[in-house]
Amino acid sequence: MTSPTVPSTAHATPSPTSAAGAGLEVRGLDVDLGGRPVLHGVDLTVRPGELVGLIGPNGAGKTTLLRSVLGLTPRRRGQVAVEGRAVRPRRGDIGYVPQRHEFAWDFPVSVEQAVLTGRVGSWWPGRRPRVEDWRAVDRALGLVDMTGLRRRQVGQLSGGQRQRVLVARALALDPGVLLLDEPFTGLDLPTQESLLSMLGAIVADGRAVLMTTHDIASALFTCSRLVLLNRTVVAAGSADELRVRPDVWVETFGVAADSPFLRVVEAR
Amino acid sequence: MSLLDFLSDLGNPDLRFLPKALAVALMSSVVCGVVGCYVVLRGMAFIGDAVAHAVFPGLAVAFVVSGNLILGGTLAGVVTAVLIAVFSQTRRLREDSVIGVFFVASFALGVVIISRAPGYAGSLQQFLFGSLAGVPDSDLVVIGVVGVVVLGLLMMLHHQLVAVTLDRDGARALGLPVLVYDLVLYVLVTLAVVISVQTIGNVLVLALLVAPAATARLLTDRLGVMMGLAPAIGCTAAVVGIYVSWSWDLPVGASVVLVLAAFFLLAWLLAPRHGVVAARVLDRRSRRPGTDGPLPVPPGRPVEHPPARLLGTDRG
Repeated sequence: MTSPTVPSTAHATPSPTSAAGAGLEVRGLDVDLGGRPVLHGVDLTVRPGELVGLIGPNGAGKTTLLRSVLGLTPRRRGQVAVEGRAVRPRRGDIGYVPQRHEFAWDFPVSVEQAVLTGRVGSWWPGRRPRVEDWRAVDRALGLVDMTGLRRRQVGQLSGGQRQRVLVARALALDPGVLLLDEPFTGLDLPTQESLLSMLGAIVADGRAVLMTTHDIASALFTCSRLVLLNRTVVAAGSADELRVRPDVWVETFGVAADSPFLRVVEAR
Repeated sequence: MSLLDFLSDLGNPDLRFLPKALAVALMSSVVCGVVGCYVVLRGMAFIGDAVAHAVFPGLAVAFVVSGNLILGGTLAGVVTAVLIAVFSQTRRLREDSVIGVFFVASFALGVVIISRAPGYAGSLQQFLFGSLAGVPDSDLVVIGVVGVVVLGLLMMLHHQLVAVTLDRDGARALGLPVLVYDLVLYVLVTLAVVISVQTIGNVLVLALLVAPAATARLLTDRLGVMMGLAPAIGCTAAVVGIYVSWSWDLPVGASVVLVLAAFFLLAWLLAPRHGVVAARVLDRRSRRPGTDGPLPVPPGRPVEHPPARLLGTDRG
C-alpha cells in the first residue's frame, strides 16, 4: 500500500515540558475503571502538525486514554493540557471522532445537519444556526471532501463517507487537537488510503492529531510518531526509531520474540 | 352512524363532552406525535411505556384525594423518570432492566392506591382504557397550556436533543450535559402521556406516542417531515377512532389505537421507499435478465449495518 506522507514536525521523543500553545500534553496520567487500574503514569505529547498513532493490544487503555483526555472518564492523577492550558479543556479545543458504530446512522438527518451538531455544545436553548455556523459546516465539509454529499442522508453513506462525516463534525469548531478512535476499522484499503490522505491535509493545517489504530502497517507508514501503549507508554518515537527495537513491540503486545508480527514491523 | 350524524352530535349542546374529548385527543395527538419522534428515533419506546404506567400512582392518589389528575400524574411520572435516568447511569445494569423494575412497581402502587377508593372497578377501567367523558372543563385549558409548553421546549432544545441522540459520548465531549437532556426528554414524555391518558387510557397511551412517529418514519427519511407527519397521522387516527367509537359504542382508546395500528400496517406495506411492496418491486427489477449484478440498495436504506452499540466498559 502506498500511503500518503503526512507532514511531520515530529520530535524523536516527547518533550516533558513543551511550549505554551503546543497541541496536547498528557503528564503522569492514572485512570481507574471500576476500581481497576487501567492507565498508569502515561506521558504523551502531540504537537501541532503531528499525526501520532496510539498503538497497543486490546484492553491496553487506548480508548480510555482518549476518553480521559476529553474528560469523559475521570482521572485519578495527572494533568492534561490542551493548547498550553493545564486546565479542563474548553469546548472546541478538542475535536473527537468516536468509533463509527457509536453514531446513530439510522437517524434521519442529512450530512450537513450531522456536521452542524458538532457546534451545538455551547449553544443556549433556542439558539438557531447562524451564518457563521453554516460557514463552519461548509469549511469542515470541504476539509473532508464531502461538500458534494452535504444533502445526502447519513444512513445512505458508505463506511468511508461516514468516517468523513464524523471527522467533519469534529472539525466544525475548528479545534487545534483532534482525537480519532479506530478510524480505519472495517474499511477497505483504498478507503483507508483516501482517509489517510485527508488526515494528512488536516495535520498540514497545523492541527495536533492523535488516533488509536490496530492497523500497525498503515500507522508505520503514515504517522509522524507512534506511541506504544499497554497500560502505560512502553515506547514513543518515529517509525524508524521503533522499527529497530523489537523488544518494545514484544513488551507492548506480549508476543514471542520470533512472532511473524515483528516481521511486519521490521519490513516497514 | 353517518359522518353527518357524527358532526351533528359534535354540535349538540347536550353532548358537550364529545367535542371536548375530540379537542383533547387532537391536542394529545399533536404533542405525542412530536415527542414520539424522539422516542422512536432514540429507541426508547420501553421508557415511554414505563412512564405511561408510572403516572398511574399519581393519577390514583389525585383521584382518591379529589386532587388535580394532571398534577398528580405529572409528579409521579417525573419522579419515576428521574429515578430511571439516575439508576440507568450505572453500567452495571442495562437501562431496560431498571425501567422494568420501576415500571411494574409504579403500576402496582397505582393499583393498590386506587383499590382503596370507592367504585374501584369503574375508576380503574376508566384510567386504564380511557373515556370520552373523562375530561373536566378545567383540564381542557391545562392540557392546552401543557401542550404548548412541551412543544415550545422541544423546539428550543431540538439541536441539543439531536446531538445527544446521534452520539452520546460525542455530545458529552462537546460539553452537553447528557443526563440533563435525558431528564428533560423523560419529563416531556411524561407530560405528553399525562395530557393524553384520560381520553386514551393508561395502557393504550403508548400507542399514541409511538405509532404515529413509527408510521411517519416509514414514510420519510427527513426529520423535519417526520415531525410534521407524525402529528398529522395521530390527529387523523384520533378523529377516525372517536368517530368509530361513537358510532359503534366501542372503547375510545382502543378504537384510536386500532386505527393507528391500521395506518402503521398500511405504511409498512405501501411506504414508497421502506414498504414491503416497494422492496419487492425493487427486488423483482433486480432479478430481470441482464441485471444480474448486485442488488441495488433502495434509497434511504443504510449501505452498511453498524453493529449494536457497545454497552460495557471493555474498551481500548
